[in-house]
Amino acid sequence: MSRRPRASGHFRTAYAQDLRLIQTGTERWAMAACVVALAGLPFLASPFLLDLANQVFLAAIGALALMLLTGYAGQISLGHAGLMAAGAFTVGILSRELQAPFWMTLPAAALVGSLLGAIFGLPSLRLRGLYLAVSTLALHFLVVYLGGEYESRRGYSTGIVIDPPAIGGHAVSGGLAWYFILGLTAGGVLLLCLNLLRSGTGRAWAAIRANETVAEALGIGVAGHKLLAFMVSSLLAALAGALFGYYRGFVSVEAFSLFLSIQYVAMIIIGGMGSLLGAVLGALFVTLLPYGIEAALRTLPGAERYAGLLFAVNYAAFGLVMILFLLLEPLGLVGIWRRVATYFRLWPFKHRPLTGGQR
Amino acid sequence: MQLAVNTLVLTAIYALIACGYVLVYRVSRVLNLAHGELMMLGAYLLLMTASQFSGHWAVAIAAAVGLSLLVGVLVYLFLMRKMTGEMVLAAVLTTVALGTLLRGAMVLIWSARQHYPAQRLEFTNFAIALPGGARMSLCAALLVATTVLVYGSLWAFLRFGRWGVRMRAAGQRPLLAAQRGINLHAIYALAWGLSTLTGALAGMLLAMDQGLDQTMATIGLKAFPAALVGGLDSLLGALAGALIVATAEVLLIHYVDPLLSEVVPFLVLIAMLAVWPWGLFGTREELDRV
Repeated sequence: MSRRPRASGHFRTAYAQDLRLIQTGTERWAMAACVVALAGLPFLASPFLLDLANQVFLAAIGALALMLLTGYAGQISLGHAGLMAAGAFTVGILSRELQAPFWMTLPAAALVGSLLGAIFGLPSLRLRGLYLAVSTLALHFLVVYLGGEYESRRGYSTGIVIDPPAIGGHAVSGGLAWYFILGLTAGGVLLLCLNLLRSGTGRAWAAIRANETVAEALGIGVAGHKLLAFMVSSLLAALAGALFGYYRGFVSVEAFSLFLSIQYVAMIIIGGMGSLLGAVLGALFVTLLPYGIEAALRTLPGAERYAGLLFAVNYAAFGLVMILFLLLEPLGLVGIWRRVATYFRLWPFKHRPLTGGQR
Repeated sequence: MQLAVNTLVLTAIYALIACGYVLVYRVSRVLNLAHGELMMLGAYLLLMTASQFSGHWAVAIAAAVGLSLLVGVLVYLFLMRKMTGEMVLAAVLTTVALGTLLRGAMVLIWSARQHYPAQRLEFTNFAIALPGGARMSLCAALLVATTVLVYGSLWAFLRFGRWGVRMRAAGQRPLLAAQRGINLHAIYALAWGLSTLTGALAGMLLAMDQGLDQTMATIGLKAFPAALVGGLDSLLGALAGALIVATAEVLLIHYVDPLLSEVVPFLVLIAMLAVWPWGLFGTREELDRV
């Protein structure tokens, strides 16, 4: 009977414990169950569900990238779609003009992404808040214009077709192969973000977000770390865009409108600012929302009449959901998750305030 | 000569839209990215009143203007009021979300096809020949006149009007203004109402000139650089910014590439942000962290 009595709750007694990725036994089991479920899912799911899962993975990579920048380093960007477009167009141009294989185009896209990130980040050294958001918005329009210009100059006015990437002579196609590629990439990106955030870089970003002057006084290179945040985030965004291009087999500027930027911002808000789990949950929610609406509309009588209006319904519902989250649940989905998790973690000895009789 | 007329008309359009951004920003420090959609809503409201009062175009316009004022006030009361005191980013994103919602709702109500409110109003739009061989449509001329009128009356209102002075006070020091007994919520609601009204006026006149469809919101967004180039909290700045952006756009379209029309305002914006981020006439401010 060497078991110690356990209080409800999880208490850390050393910094090393706080830094550990998996802290409790429950977490270990949950993680293992997640991995098994994710690995097993594609063998049970229909092609439609697989496509949905792949879209969620792509969105998760993009949302994680934006979360690093906005949720952790505190720099707003409304130009996320522009960076994804840059990644997708790098792949498109290189594979069209030079027939470059994917192991050349993906690093090239990442490189272009990080360079563009440095450019997007330059205004942040001087501007803050709204003005920064506006400058990234302007750069978004510039990148998309350049992409459109390339399309029309080269005669790809409807978009650039990209051949599927080939690994060892086999073309990657089909939902199953893509599921594992995108799933592993998303997992890798998540791990990278987790590790970045518990290292000195992540703490420097948190300090910059909390207070730039104090961060500078603590000896953190504010300018360098801001640029680094922009570059890492843009690199990942460009990678997501490049994978998106390969996955769809098609690149066109129409896919990278301002609405996409708004969607990514919505993901990190709906998911919950300052949480990687939030980015993933937000990506899941925002990606599945239109399909949910479509399914809901189909159950209504006279469904054919609404078919043409579906995109408008999506727009309206999307705006409405975003407003509701901003007004009613600013902590996002992850706030709900944390409340539930805390309830069970503290159960059955939930702390009650001494004075409170109201709750 | 035609270039000068084009510049003048485009300046008037941008200036009329930009003053909406300025009004809201100056008073409540919120950047209203739904302004383009609110302006489009104004145009659709005109479409609605036009079928109610067909033939009496003055009545229809007056009704639509009144309705858009109401819309602006309602937006503040039911949405933006809840966001006061929140982070800057949250307020801006709320306007973005509102814009998305409005855009979807407008397609649902009025469909995505092109409308011509001028026809419903039985208003004939004809080209006026100007000296120098230039031409200008009647609606464009009306637009220029409206812009002059709106800026004149806004200036007088903010300078001499009782509520205008309160508005300026609330914009400068909200806390002090509130302590002097100024009802901040009423002021903010008024600013939103006026902003929507001016935007809607621009939307209506543009719709009468060129027809009305979903692309109008983009024009609203393109006018935003004009507001920022001149300084986000200065009406005079909005006018100057509109002139700069419109001149750059007309000249570049004419001499370089018509496709540039979509990006020119943003190019000007980037250049301005790099050199003098607070705009020509704006007050330099230390912005909140987000």
